[in-house]
Amino acid sequence: MKYGDDITSEARKVNPVAQSTADSPLSPENASSPLRTFFQVRFKKMRPNLSLYLLILFPLSYFLIFCYWPMYGVQIAFKDFYAIKGITGSPWAGFKHFETFFHSIFFDRVVWNTVKISFYSILFGFPAPILLALLMNELKSRFFRKVVQNISYAPYFISQVVMVGILLVFLSPTNGLINKIVEFLGGNPIAFMMEPGWFQSIFVSSGIWQGTGWGTVIYMAVLAGVDHQQIEAAILDGANKWQRIWHISLPCIMPTAVILLILSSGSIMNVGFEKVFLMQNSSNMEASDVIATYVYRKGLLNIEYSFATAVGLFNSVINFVILVVVNAFARRAGSTSLW
Amino acid sequence: MNSIAESRADRIFNRINVFLMVIVTLVFLYPLLFIVSASISDPDAVLRGEVWLWPKGFTLVPYVKVFQNSEFFLSYWNTIAYTVVGTLVNVALTIMAAYPLSRKDFYGRNVLTVLFTFTMFFSGGLIPLYIVIQKLHLLNNFWVMILPSAVSIFNIIVTRTYFQTSIPEEVYQAAEIDGCSRIGVLTRIVLPLSGPILAVMVLFYGVGHWNSYFNALIFLNERDMFPLQLILREILVQNDTQNLMSSSSANYIIDSTQYGTSIKYAVIIISSLPVLVLYPFVQRYFVKGVMIGAIKG
Repeated sequence: MKYGDDITSEARKVNPVAQSTADSPLSPENASSPLRTFFQVRFKKMRPNLSLYLLILFPLSYFLIFCYWPMYGVQIAFKDFYAIKGITGSPWAGFKHFETFFHSIFFDRVVWNTVKISFYSILFGFPAPILLALLMNELKSRFFRKVVQNISYAPYFISQVVMVGILLVFLSPTNGLINKIVEFLGGNPIAFMMEPGWFQSIFVSSGIWQGTGWGTVIYMAVLAGVDHQQIEAAILDGANKWQRIWHISLPCIMPTAVILLILSSGSIMNVGFEKVFLMQNSSNMEASDVIATYVYRKGLLNIEYSFATAVGLFNSVINFVILVVVNAFARRAGSTSLW
Repeated sequence: MNSIAESRADRIFNRINVFLMVIVTLVFLYPLLFIVSASISDPDAVLRGEVWLWPKGFTLVPYVKVFQNSEFFLSYWNTIAYTVVGTLVNVALTIMAAYPLSRKDFYGRNVLTVLFTFTMFFSGGLIPLYIVIQKLHLLNNFWVMILPSAVSIFNIIVTRTYFQTSIPEEVYQAAEIDGCSRIGVLTRIVLPLSGPILAVMVLFYGVGHWNSYFNALIFLNERDMFPLQLILREILVQNDTQNLMSSSSANYIIDSTQYGTSIKYAVIIISSLPVLVLYPFVQRYFVKGVMIGAIKG
């Protein structure tokens, strides 16, 4: 901070000619206007890093074009969008589309499915990596620990398409592995992917299979940083492993866990759309239709742009509110928060 | 720690723990092993459910059938192109954002950081993005696979944190007193010192491109531009193995019932191969990346 500023400001004090040439292109007349000083002060601060502004212009334009431009376009949720008239030219429609959505027969279904799937994913998916990390951390053989870690990471790198493909083959009612086992145990084959009742369990458990190992990475890193003296002192005081996990390891990873919990609560309405969409079929719609797939269907298949945008906006706003509320709650309850 | 004798309770705990971990490892590993075995087993044995762990019989016919399919091949090639170009753009943009934001004297870094990070928590949604893409005439364009996911804010933060924590401020000052420009510092000092984080970024972005299908699903409708994952979706999820059979063959229907399942396994292997082969060599970089990210949280 100091360094760059010092050099330039000093150079200006010493050399008034340099100052006038540097400032002249900005505004030649009206030397004392407040607006001019406003820009002058800022330009002075930016000057040493001009090349860096040029660099950041590229990522900045990405964010402006592909993130903020769509945010500007969100106004079509309050309009009747016609492609010919464009975003600004289309007439305002107020909260019409929101009301249609709230009164739609699909409202309860998509909202509840979204919330339920996310809730179960967090309820089971959040503690799983903590548990696995705590147990892996207690393994005495370094080699065995490495083996377990590396194997547990692997499923994370399988694509969602392949993951759902694997589910379909394994759960196939005619020759799937799982149904072979069911038959072996004397049951009748179950068409898992067709039954709405099975959808959430399959979604959540396959998510755990894929994500738990990878989820431990961060906790293992924290656990590796636990002070050894603390553990040794606990051993000398006669604490057994279980007590050491409970009183040392667990408190150590709590702050990290809380941050991750806040983050996942912020996406509670963003269920893994890619996977839901792949697992969806006409028979399990009752359980698999979520807000995101509804937006896709209405917007891109039925071309109801404004309505779909309104549904999507409803989703984003709820998400954002939940994030802010949970974060505020966490800050009040403990000391960890996102901001 | 080893000098202290273990109590009885601890020994029992250890045994149970090892047992649990073996089971967990098998749960993670078994489906993957099964797919490998099933893909090279005799298709009839697979259909009869005789394959449990080790391959029964041996055939590479499913693989041959997959490789004979020109559409699969083309999509494989497309995915390689999207992955290579996309990753290059990703990494370049990530550095372009992370380096300025890592400089303490970069005026406006807080505003820009907030501007970038906000997109992590709020977005315009699918339809407004689609309209933008349409307006930019990017539909059915090679660049639609690259630009809408040109950079990830999470990776920017990770890279920025790495620059800040691993390169001391004094190095910058020394270089600049010696007359090195800001860009010169980036290319001559920061980048050569940032091998690990660059590897991490290449891998994160690369795997992301390799595995992504959704952008292609909404923004592309010309089949010869489809990436691998979309073709995989047809084969695995929409159960369309007929496409892969040589349609000239008279036993086309017999083929598809006999080889259908085996072909799916083979396709899973072939499509995941690059990631799974590279994985053991590069996984420590992935882990490193997550840990750098964890510092900042």
